[in-house]
Amino acid sequence: MIYREAGDFKTSYRDDGQTFPIRLDRWGYYALLAVAFLVVPFFIDSYWANAVLVPFLIYAIAAIGLNILVGYAGQVSLGTGGFMAVGAYAVYKLMTAFPGVPIFVHILLAGLITALVGMLFGLPSLRIKGFYLAVATLAAQFFLVWLFNKVPWFYNYSASGQITAPERTFFGWAVTGPATSASAKYLTCLVFAVVLAWVARNLTRGTVGRKWMAIRDMDIAAEIIGVNPLSAKLSAFAVSSFFIGIAGALLFAVYLGAAEASEAFGINKSFLVLFMVIIGGLGSIFGSFAGAAFLVLLPVFLKNVLVARLGWPTDLAAHLELMIVGALIIFFLIVEPHGLARLWRLTKEKLRLWPFPH
Amino acid sequence: MIATPATELTGEFTTDGRRTGPVLMDLKNITLRFGGVVAIKDISFDIREGEIRAIIGPNGAGKSSMLNVISGFYVPQEGEIWFEGARRPPMKPYEVARLGLARTFQNIALFDGMSVLDNIMTGRLNRMKAPLWAQAIWWGRAEREEVENREQVEKIIDFLEIQNIRKTPVGRLPYGLKKRVELARALAAEPRILLLDEPMAGMNVEEKEDMCRFILDVNDEFGTTIALIEHDMGVVMDLSDRVVVMDYGRKIGDGTPDEVRANPEVISAYLGVSQE
Repeated sequence: MIYREAGDFKTSYRDDGQTFPIRLDRWGYYALLAVAFLVVPFFIDSYWANAVLVPFLIYAIAAIGLNILVGYAGQVSLGTGGFMAVGAYAVYKLMTAFPGVPIFVHILLAGLITALVGMLFGLPSLRIKGFYLAVATLAAQFFLVWLFNKVPWFYNYSASGQITAPERTFFGWAVTGPATSASAKYLTCLVFAVVLAWVARNLTRGTVGRKWMAIRDMDIAAEIIGVNPLSAKLSAFAVSSFFIGIAGALLFAVYLGAAEASEAFGINKSFLVLFMVIIGGLGSIFGSFAGAAFLVLLPVFLKNVLVARLGWPTDLAAHLELMIVGALIIFFLIVEPHGLARLWRLTKEKLRLWPFPH
Repeated sequence: MIATPATELTGEFTTDGRRTGPVLMDLKNITLRFGGVVAIKDISFDIREGEIRAIIGPNGAGKSSMLNVISGFYVPQEGEIWFEGARRPPMKPYEVARLGLARTFQNIALFDGMSVLDNIMTGRLNRMKAPLWAQAIWWGRAEREEVENREQVEKIIDFLEIQNIRKTPVGRLPYGLKKRVELARALAAEPRILLLDEPMAGMNVEEKEDMCRFILDVNDEFGTTIALIEHDMGVVMDLSDRVVVMDYGRKIGDGTPDEVRANPEVISAYLGVSQE
């Protein structure tokens, strides 16, 4: 057997705490990164970028963000769409107000602005939990979208009420705007997704991650051992919103190019990201990627198989998608609340002994 | 009521030959009410550095409420709490924890979704002060703190003999081990006072003996001051240096185990008294 877990001994606590403790996992991860950065950009065409890879990466960032809040800190949120809108409108305002500043700085700043807004709407979490908190964040969702539609300053008084991303370049490459190449879109999102996933992993395996999980598992005990619930919950809202804001900024500036708040960032977006987190696995970074991949690929797959191959009508395929997603949500909530990530781990545990029963 | 042997014990040797230090925590005239119910009625006692102090009493005597007052969970309506020579103002539980009080719970309060190691590491959260950005990139202080605190936690894991379950999720552990992990988490904080709420509840004889040994070893090796609530009389009398006896929210006895055992009020509370 080439892949084994035995015999890989750690001699320092630093090694023991790393993200991929098994040597072969680590190599696989590096290989995947190398392919993603060095091979894919040369072969990617606009269909693969726009239909599959770019939305996958953007939604993965959003799913990681929501997973930090829901999966790690245990605070339910239905405001994801609204916070993505904050990221999108923030990056739009920044891009148009300061054209000379690099777009990457704008995207990070948009994330920080969203983090502040997220903390503001996270304040009720100190008093209310569960469903009631979900409803409070739902209010954030509707309020933010309403705000961006009602106040013309946010869309620079454009006649259509839409925001449109102007062209911005990075070392001569167009990163936003209509002239952006497929590989530039892909690489921009890939850089953000990889760095942010790494950051999320670091946060969740360290001090602040333990605070979040302590609050999630038993808030009273967490407080007794010295976790300040205020700072733990608000930091979870801030970090989560930072990720979601960056996802929103990328979705608008790099992927869509033009957006309108209620259409692009409506309540459906909140549910889509929440479903990604549930199907992928609560409290797992890998699960966020798995969930995003699943829900981005499912419609593409159904369209290719049902519409292109079998010749079914498009609307039927679209409805079937809704039914499949709904059934899967129920299935995962009942059978496996930890989602695809847990299924993956169980498979690995089973394969460890396979083909022997014990 | 027995006179408290406060003066006699200062710097003296205890019954089993250990030295206890000056008063670490002094509770003065604590009264705690829930609406019309008086849970604790004008109770005063102190906890000395390095001793094992037991709080005993029948069901509903107010022992757990007393522990909750000490750990800052309840704020008493009357009375003062002095800690290390200074009066402690009303505080949030997490602020009390930062003063150096750690506790375990009667019905285990561990974080079920986390591994044993992570659970114990949470005990050291207050010692890890790396800023968020350093944690985000896992660099400098964040990484150093993680390794340093892991070393401390590993010492406690060795001490409590739970090396083999280090990476197991706590939810999968049997009851006795969970109790031990909870003790480990409290110990990881290196508390000035360790509060144990019925550490032996629901255990079999073997597990009880293990737990007794750990409590004595903790007191002996780390010099940790311990305040504990326990129902098992044999255990209490063997473990503790001094005992407070409560009944219906009042203090009915305070002193060494032998003194308490001889106290007629304590006997009547526990055994009942014959009606002449």
